[in-house]
Amino acid sequence: MNQKRETLLALSGVAKSYDGKTRALGGEEGINLEIGKGEFVSIIGPSGAGKSTLLRCVNRLIDPSEGTVTFDGADITKVRGRELRQVRRRISMVFQHYNLVYRASSIENVLQGRLGYKSALAGLLGLYTEEEKRTAFEVLAEVGLADFAYTRTDQLSGGQKQRVGIARALVQDPLLILADEPIASLDPASSRNVMDHLRRVANERSIAVLVNLHQVDFAIEYSDRIVGLKKGEVVFNGSPYALNRATIENIYGSSDAVPPSLSGVAVA
Amino acid sequence: MSAKFALAGGGPGAGGSPSPAAETPEKANAFFRRRTVAVVAAGLVFIAVNALSGVYVGFDFLGALMDIPSGFAWMAVEFVPTVESFEKLDAILPALGSTILVSVAASCLAAVIAYVFAVLGSRSVGLGGPIPLIVRGIASLFRNIPTVAWAFILLFSFKQSDFTGFLALFLTSFGYLVRCFLENIDELAAGPVEALRASGASYGAIITQAVIPLSITSVISWVLYMIETNIRDATLVGILTGTGIGFVFDIYYKSFRYDVAGLVLLGIIIVVIACEMTSNYVRRKIM
Repeated sequence: MNQKRETLLALSGVAKSYDGKTRALGGEEGINLEIGKGEFVSIIGPSGAGKSTLLRCVNRLIDPSEGTVTFDGADITKVRGRELRQVRRRISMVFQHYNLVYRASSIENVLQGRLGYKSALAGLLGLYTEEEKRTAFEVLAEVGLADFAYTRTDQLSGGQKQRVGIARALVQDPLLILADEPIASLDPASSRNVMDHLRRVANERSIAVLVNLHQVDFAIEYSDRIVGLKKGEVVFNGSPYALNRATIENIYGSSDAVPPSLSGVAVA
Repeated sequence: MSAKFALAGGGPGAGGSPSPAAETPEKANAFFRRRTVAVVAAGLVFIAVNALSGVYVGFDFLGALMDIPSGFAWMAVEFVPTVESFEKLDAILPALGSTILVSVAASCLAAVIAYVFAVLGSRSVGLGGPIPLIVRGIASLFRNIPTVAWAFILLFSFKQSDFTGFLALFLTSFGYLVRCFLENIDELAAGPVEALRASGASYGAIITQAVIPLSITSVISWVLYMIETNIRDATLVGILTGTGIGFVFDIYYKSFRYDVAGLVLLGIIIVVIACEMTSNYVRRKIM
């Protein structure tokens, strides 16, 4: 799993401070992190470690206070307006609470992933091309929701909502998907299904996936690489195989987060 | 031996460090005793405040209680519409109609403008900076001056006219609706707004594709409620501005035609109830 990939995203010295004094993200020297094309990277760490902030610094929903973000060869730390929108349409985002327009159908929600490509008027009126509609139906079928295209999204189960979220991410034709706790509100079976879909798009479409996770066992199972975040600082960055009991205990400050599979090994 | 009081359960591995002495029966009993004392004390204070203020303004509670039956009996006799009062229906109905229309117009225009203000002043899709604070300030100012006070103030500039009444209703409705819409937008649309922003959607697209679809039903619901309220308030405002159903009521009331005044009240009640039923029906349909 260690083949050299072309770098897609690079964070260098990235830090965020909300009050100008203490750093919510970045610690002493800031976050330094590279994500390759098609690479599946999980960020693990306790609540408040800065995982969400880190993800939002990438697509600039949050502006980093320091450091640079390089995406697809371009420095995007300071881009604004139309340029920022053009960057964002190649970086999809998937959310813990799905963030769908619940009064609209699945297909309408998926099509909204295309809004970044629209002219002002077409976006305002929600006008999509035949081509876009075809693609939207295709990706819905891809995540197994072909039969739910016209269903209002508030009628769907949590797992189905998240798959609509993934379909919306896919129609953007992204190079990178940011997933912010995508399975934190889902039952184990739906969680597995959603993670399978994310893993699949990384493999089949070479889309890089950067995902915040609470579940260490899922991170170990699905990731090419795991980043451990603690109090805003990267304390681990490496292959899932290199992640041992002691490291997880260090990241979470407690032995409770160690998955049974790992703790079993350590005890034996 | 420190007796463990299984109130919170704790569960295995919940922090792993049981806080000593925090769960003894003595502590728990003291806690619940304090709560009972607090509730009783609040009840006593409430009664005392009522009694004291009654004494202060010289309110004779028993006397008032005794007066109620005869008072209502007089009302029932005097305000019951008679056959003759129905002759005045020609004067009543157009006035009632104009009051309804003014209320609807004031509510709808207020809603449109309030929505724009609410979007621009909201925390999730607003313009940011000092704008949310300014919008909240303006809304609060308009809302907290009662409709009747607005009518009095506006009378100086716009005289006794339908427009004065319209404006009084409009301003309070505006203030009230901005507040409702603000809360609504931030509550319903924050997530999808973030999602569309992350996908590179333009500001206009975010508003038309996420904010409006998500908030439109509650907006309609609030506007219907506003129309109801405004029809009620319009009666009072009409007395001041000399227009609409309020004016008609005022004329007959002051010329001792209580039967006709009663008919006017009956008309208002029917309209308000009809309005309520319509809005309930619409709410059920759109939710």
